Amino acid sequence: MPHSFVVILGKAVRYAARLRGGGSALPGLFVERISPDFIKQTLGQLPRGVVIISGTNGKTTTTKMVVALLEAHGLKVFTNRTGSNFSRGVAAALLGDIDMKGQLDADIAVLELDEAHAVHFVQTIPPRYSLLLNVMRDQLDRFGEIDATAKMLEKIAVATTDTVVLNREDSRVLAIKDLLADQKIELFGLSDALLADFPSDDDMHSETITKAKRPPATVILKKYSGNEATYELGGKEFSTTLKLNGVYNVFNSAAAIALTHAVLGNETKGDIVLSTIAEVTPAFGRGEELTVGGQPLELVLVKNPSGFRLGLKSFSPIGYATMIAINDNYADGRDMSWLWDVDFESLSEEGVAEVAGIRAYDMALRLQYDEVTIGHIEKDLVTALRQFIDTNKDKPKRIYCTYTAMLALRRELSKITKVEVIS
Amino acid sequence: MTKQIITVVQLYPKDMNIYGDYGNLLVLQRRLEWYGYEPNIIHYNVGDTFPKDVDIVIGGGGQDSGQEVIHQDLIKIGPKLKALADNDVPMLMVCGLYQLFGNFFKTLSGKTLTGISILDVETLGTHERLIGNIVISSDEFGDIVGYENHSGQTFLGKNAEPFATVIKGAGNNSKDGHEGARYKNVIGTYLHGSILPKNPRLADFLIHTAVEKKYGEFSTDLVDDLLADLARETASERPR
Repeated sequence: MPHSFVVILGKAVRYAARLRGGGSALPGLFVERISPDFIKQTLGQLPRGVVIISGTNGKTTTTKMVVALLEAHGLKVFTNRTGSNFSRGVAAALLGDIDMKGQLDADIAVLELDEAHAVHFVQTIPPRYSLLLNVMRDQLDRFGEIDATAKMLEKIAVATTDTVVLNREDSRVLAIKDLLADQKIELFGLSDALLADFPSDDDMHSETITKAKRPPATVILKKYSGNEATYELGGKEFSTTLKLNGVYNVFNSAAAIALTHAVLGNETKGDIVLSTIAEVTPAFGRGEELTVGGQPLELVLVKNPSGFRLGLKSFSPIGYATMIAINDNYADGRDMSWLWDVDFESLSEEGVAEVAGIRAYDMALRLQYDEVTIGHIEKDLVTALRQFIDTNKDKPKRIYCTYTAMLALRRELSKITKVEVIS
Repeated sequence: MTKQIITVVQLYPKDMNIYGDYGNLLVLQRRLEWYGYEPNIIHYNVGDTFPKDVDIVIGGGGQDSGQEVIHQDLIKIGPKLKALADNDVPMLMVCGLYQLFGNFFKTLSGKTLTGISILDVETLGTHERLIGNIVISSDEFGDIVGYENHSGQTFLGKNAEPFATVIKGAGNNSKDGHEGARYKNVIGTYLHGSILPKNPRLADFLIHTAVEKKYGEFSTDLVDDLLADLARETASERPR
């Protein structure tokens, strides 16, 4: 089928899907079916090639930062902004950005891809650059085991044609460098002092955390306290204040800077990097802040033990009303075991005001064993949210929620406050 | 009055702690405290000296790579664990260590990991992953809810008793409807979730057995298990 005809058909489906309020991936699925080469042809035109960002945690916020950094350096960037990180989501995003002849007006594509889908994607479109963030325990019921997930990231790295950017502090990700012969490698990492805040799944319940001597990295997050971060770039230290919150978001900014350096090389401008990073806000649901009844309300997405632990470590509960909403739909992961690998003792002083979601009682039971007091338990998210807001009118609020719980809560919150629309 | 001590040994937390196995340890620790005992928790890792006085032993699952790391060490302490098992010490082995408490685990690539033969079972690696919410039942413990996720399939030998019968889910394998294995007070099972929080009867079996064996009689204190009951109710209604 001619390329331009596929484009017009796809755009029509996208328009129709929007009218009936369909999901972002639907038109992409349609185009993928009728013209499997569609993405390849369109992205193949880009002068600076394709960048893939993958890993368990932090893809969406990191992608947002990389796009901002490259745009600040004057590049036209195509990205799958919707967070629909499957290849048909990429096709759907492309349909929105290309003209009727199928030309994409961009210098480079920066794509967030789920590990399993990235493996297929790179077979069709080898990326010029890839950034591999981490391998953590996430939805093991989908991938089987952590080692299997690491294998997927290896395939992405091996398919990369120019530079692979790796997390020095994740042993499974760092090990990938030994498999690469033809690619350049850039690492990002943490200072020894910050490393203690990032226990890996392997370190989690072992008594002694020992870190072997680590190779040098392009970008190191040296210090982070309050909202000020210090990075080490090429042996020099730079500090800036941030709008990002949460130490894991801030670590991802080091990843984004390393990737930007891989793409731009000597064109990278230190002052532009710092002023851009200073203005980036977290992606939706990743520490996103809303206002309800004159008080801030933060949404923190939690989807695996390491992410939940880092979230609890990043945000002080003192003075806040806390709600936890746990669903077990397919996208959340059905297995509740992961809640037992998170330590909730940091919440014991303030307690948890509201426990909600399909698995509210699993969460409540978990809190019982950490001797954390609970205000209410309510499975229904809408009722729970109302109750949480009504009984904590004068306090800032924070909600830790799984993915489908977050979508439901945002939908409900949009009825009472301004919530950024994700298109 | 000084509190009575109960020593709980967790096997290989460094390499075999996947899927919330920590939850089982935490439940034993807290319930012992709530019943008025003093838990003494020992994390036993590869190369450590195996402790002398042991009242409860628990162990969990791991990556295939984790099983290979601990294998030699497990073979080394196998006779000590067997002696404890013969002496009625309660143990709970989940997933990976359940497999290695059996006779052998033959992986898909044809490699055989010898077990320590406390349970007369054998496990074969397969391409089929048995995964999802599971409900099993035994005369002694009633319904037990959990989550299974394994591609090794386990079969009982002549001298093995199943731990429970499958009501919903797969269990040991996709064929015979058995879940887990039992030898004296040693329980092997594929259930995590974690298993002990939502199945307090099982947790109390381990604790009662250990306390009565060591001190003769058990505490009269009670633990409120309302949240566990409600969580069980949800778990048993969820799709596979």
